[in-house]
Amino acid sequence: MPAVSKGDGMRGLAVFISDIRNCKSKEAEIKRINKELANIRSKFKGDKALDGYSKKKYVCKLLFIFLLGHDIDFGHMEAVNLLSSNKYTEKQIGYLFISVLVNSNSDLIRLINNAIKNDLSSRNPTFMNLALHCIANVGSREMAEAFAADVPRILVAGDTMDSVKQSAALCLLRLNRTSPDLIPMGEWTSRVVHLLNDQHLGVVTAATSLIITLAQKNPDDFKTSVSLAVARLSRIVTSASTDLQDYTYYFVAAPWLSVKLLRLLQCYPPPEDAAIRGRLTECLETILNKAQEPPKSKKVQHSNAKNAVLFEAISLIIHHDSEPTLLVRACNQLGQFLQHRETNLRYLALESMCTLASSEFSHEAVKTHIETVINALKTERDVSVRQRAVDLLYAMCDRSNAKQIVAEMLSYLETADYSIREEIVLKVAILAEKYAVEYTWYVDTILNLIRIAGDYVSEEVWYRVIQIVINRDDVQGYAAKTVFEALQAPACHENLVKVGGYILGEFGNLIAGDPRSSPLIQFNLLHSKFHLCSVPTRALLLSAYVKFINLFPEVKGTIQEVLRSDSQLRNADVELQQRAVEYLRLSCIASTDILATVLEEMPPFPERESSILAKLKKKKGSGTVSDVEDTRKERNTNLGVSSVFQVTSSPSSDLLGLGNSSAVNSGSPPAASNAASLLVDVFSESLPVAPLGTASAPIIEENFSRCFSTSMLDRYFWPSHISGRLLRGSPNISKNAFQTRSRLTALSAFRFVCKNNGVLYENQLLQIGLKSEFRQNLGRMYVFYGNKTSTQFLNFSASVVCHEPLNLNVHTKTADPVVDGGAQLQQILNIECLSDFVEAPVLNINFRYGGSVQNIAVRLPVTLNKFFQPTEMMSQDFFQRWKQLSDPQQEVQKIFKAKHSMDTEITKAKIIGFGTALLDGVDPNPSNFVGAGVIHTKTIQVGCLLRLEPNTQAQMYRLTLRTSRGSVSQRLCDLLSEQF
Amino acid sequence: MMRFMLLFSRQGKLRLQKWYTATAERDKKKMVRELMQVVLARKPKMCSFLEWRDLKIVYKRYASLYFCCAVEEQDNELITLEVIHRFVELLDKYFGSVCELDIIFNFEKAYFILDEFLMGGEIQDTSKKGVLKAIEQADLLQEEDESPRSVLEEMGLA
Repeated sequence: MPAVSKGDGMRGLAVFISDIRNCKSKEAEIKRINKELANIRSKFKGDKALDGYSKKKYVCKLLFIFLLGHDIDFGHMEAVNLLSSNKYTEKQIGYLFISVLVNSNSDLIRLINNAIKNDLSSRNPTFMNLALHCIANVGSREMAEAFAADVPRILVAGDTMDSVKQSAALCLLRLNRTSPDLIPMGEWTSRVVHLLNDQHLGVVTAATSLIITLAQKNPDDFKTSVSLAVARLSRIVTSASTDLQDYTYYFVAAPWLSVKLLRLLQCYPPPEDAAIRGRLTECLETILNKAQEPPKSKKVQHSNAKNAVLFEAISLIIHHDSEPTLLVRACNQLGQFLQHRETNLRYLALESMCTLASSEFSHEAVKTHIETVINALKTERDVSVRQRAVDLLYAMCDRSNAKQIVAEMLSYLETADYSIREEIVLKVAILAEKYAVEYTWYVDTILNLIRIAGDYVSEEVWYRVIQIVINRDDVQGYAAKTVFEALQAPACHENLVKVGGYILGEFGNLIAGDPRSSPLIQFNLLHSKFHLCSVPTRALLLSAYVKFINLFPEVKGTIQEVLRSDSQLRNADVELQQRAVEYLRLSCIASTDILATVLEEMPPFPERESSILAKLKKKKGSGTVSDVEDTRKERNTNLGVSSVFQVTSSPSSDLLGLGNSSAVNSGSPPAASNAASLLVDVFSESLPVAPLGTASAPIIEENFSRCFSTSMLDRYFWPSHISGRLLRGSPNISKNAFQTRSRLTALSAFRFVCKNNGVLYENQLLQIGLKSEFRQNLGRMYVFYGNKTSTQFLNFSASVVCHEPLNLNVHTKTADPVVDGGAQLQQILNIECLSDFVEAPVLNINFRYGGSVQNIAVRLPVTLNKFFQPTEMMSQDFFQRWKQLSDPQQEVQKIFKAKHSMDTEITKAKIIGFGTALLDGVDPNPSNFVGAGVIHTKTIQVGCLLRLEPNTQAQMYRLTLRTSRGSVSQRLCDLLSEQF
Repeated sequence: MMRFMLLFSRQGKLRLQKWYTATAERDKKKMVRELMQVVLARKPKMCSFLEWRDLKIVYKRYASLYFCCAVEEQDNELITLEVIHRFVELLDKYFGSVCELDIIFNFEKAYFILDEFLMGGEIQDTSKKGVLKAIEQADLLQEEDESPRSVLEEMGLA
């Protein structure tokens, strides 16, 4: 028997516990437990009424069994009975059982609530505390409903004992967390705030926790707590270490309360009142000063408590981010800790410095510690500390030190813990991309990453390097050379094979001049890896091979031989088999011209947020990815909307920040980006509604190749531009007489025929800006409502009416009903073109301004030509198609007078903006313009050819449209002729 | 806010668990298992903090027992370490040089002490005297309540 300590009377329980401990096996334990359960069940079911003591003992045994990890399905009723015992220990065990075992949907909850209610009104502080503990422990909604009124009342009542107040404060905190809607606020707010002034430090501590939670939700209601918290904190930090008696912990005055008060202050900006602000600064300085004083005790508890307060103070300084001296002092203090002999302090210093690195005041100061941090990465024995060092290096990285940091991370990666490799890989990839000055360095870095930690290089990382290489023609040759060299290694990672295959397939020609990397050598090198790779990689390699056929006619025979082999044509994997069959066939029947079109170089990818960054954010939770520049930027411009399309950010004189943005819509790929961070990405979007933006990247036609691509990237790689390019709508002429309804089309709509962005509407109150993107038969329109007044718009609503719902579908997300003065509201419209249409949808806006209701109706610039995909074609093809569309209904011609100056470049831009490809060298007369494109709707696709003949002398144009559908020809002609 | 506190032995036996947010039993078991594995694998002298899922784990070993707290992102690690120490002090003071067996045989007392100290995942009172006074009061009540019983009666054989 173990020593039984005071107050214990349940010897039966001790015997039982001893028995369990003496069990030699799990089976013996289960047997003993089952025996006990049977015993208890018979006692509970027995005729003889059990006395309180026995009940308590058995309930306690059940609790013990439960805590051992066994299920308990009875005894709840007996526990509830114990609640109404007037013996404290019986009640206590009852409550303990309930706290641990009763779940919120139990049938017993009503009985339990009754017992709690009795105890709460008993005026016996010990009973009240038990009841409050039980509410806080269970914290269910039913309990919140039952006691939402009682608990606050107990908390603020004048005659409540201190210990009960403490329990009530934390009980209320728990209820507020679980069911905030049930807890009435308001009447007791100020009395709760004044608990900060309470004489009893225990009450203040509990109340501060409560106020922190409430203030986070309703900062305005608890604003008055700031001055009280500062006053309280000031009294604590200036007190002698013995003043606070029992609240002094190892010579540190009230460390818990200090931490809580500093935490509370982090719910608010720096105090505006100069006196309070000064007092707070003094407090913070005192705390920083104390850190330099010799310790009052050698005990670790002393230094922990003192430093706990110090770290919280530093958090507050960083949160305020307004006092450069304090920030630099904090940074110096943390710098000292970086080399402290206590591992815990080194860990915390690295962690805090991460946040300091994002402040512009201290970023430079943090950077001075780079060597220490790198050293930590190399020498720390604890992986969690090294992890912090990686985080800090990432946070302190900027253009000046990127090369050093990336190099250190790469070298650490060779020996890094497996658990953190993937994260380091992502971080290196992001830093390399973000701070790349030379692209050659970027490519080298990523290839190194794959070499060192190929298994941890996620798809996103290698997609990314390919996107960047595709979009930057100055790096393509280097990339081809580098991957070629990297592939020479006898064992290289499959990810490298993927990158190598893709890049050589696209740009192998750039190094083919060198006899050491002739086409055949390139092919043999790739093919030597083929058999070691998985199916997706093999599929990618097959695509690379077919691209080789186009790039290097001299290896066509060799590659056809490979494709023809049984291991390809009869591969057990359908994907591989189908690729081999189709590629082989394609290479046999298609002319060089067609091959060149089908297999031409990939078009640049549209610009997007880095998918790697998105992945890191997802992995770590966006808050913890301290992206130095982003945080700084966000603070400066208060960037609300995601920066994917970089809208709404610039606080320029134009309310909407749109200005006269590019007049050209789809068709032209985005110019390869300017600065170093060329963030291009198509992978962050899901496919169906997605890759908006430029229209040039072709997408697989399902009817051509079935949708069996293995990865998103592969879709683009699949050489099926062919379908999009050669496809024409079948001659399916609409019999409906075409009606012109152009008079309904407001002039403003014509302004947007050739452009996608701009100000749609403006009056004295409201400005409506647009940014839109179309792809295939889908479109997305960002509508920005700018409130030009200083007053709120109330009941704001914006809805879209389509006059041809069968042909055009616009899905609107409900807009926020309130637009603050000077603010801007964004609404997203998703548009789907089902069939060809004439009427543009109408945007109806209603809101209350001042006393009156405003109604505005504007036609949205959604016109048929938005669903164009440009089609490049050769002269010969053009005229062949032109002749095929010779049915009189298919052609519409219009001769009209020029409204604007007849500038060739502007005209070209307009035709491209209209959505077709501008075909050079097709028309024998060089002053004429010829275009081709395909209108995508959900039901049909309509191929379209156009010809515009200017007559500068007469200031006239002749426009001819030929499409497979008369109605489409007419509509496009109407739209385009208005533009010149 | 503290999400939960666990006490377990070097052998991986769970001695006390306190959850401050509603968690399904199955998830609890999974988390306990996973976390014990992580913590027991760590060497002495390693730092007392680690990131685990979206939580911060603060742990410290006292003799054969590990005290392990899970706190949230914005919580202060060092003060949590001292929460653990203060709890150990309370146990020590109450049991008089506490050992693992005290907590096994008087698990309900350990829960009562913890409840007086922490509530809803926040610290209720940091004063050692304050907490112990509450517990001792309860013991006093208990002793008054109970008349001694014979061993046979206890064993249910009377």
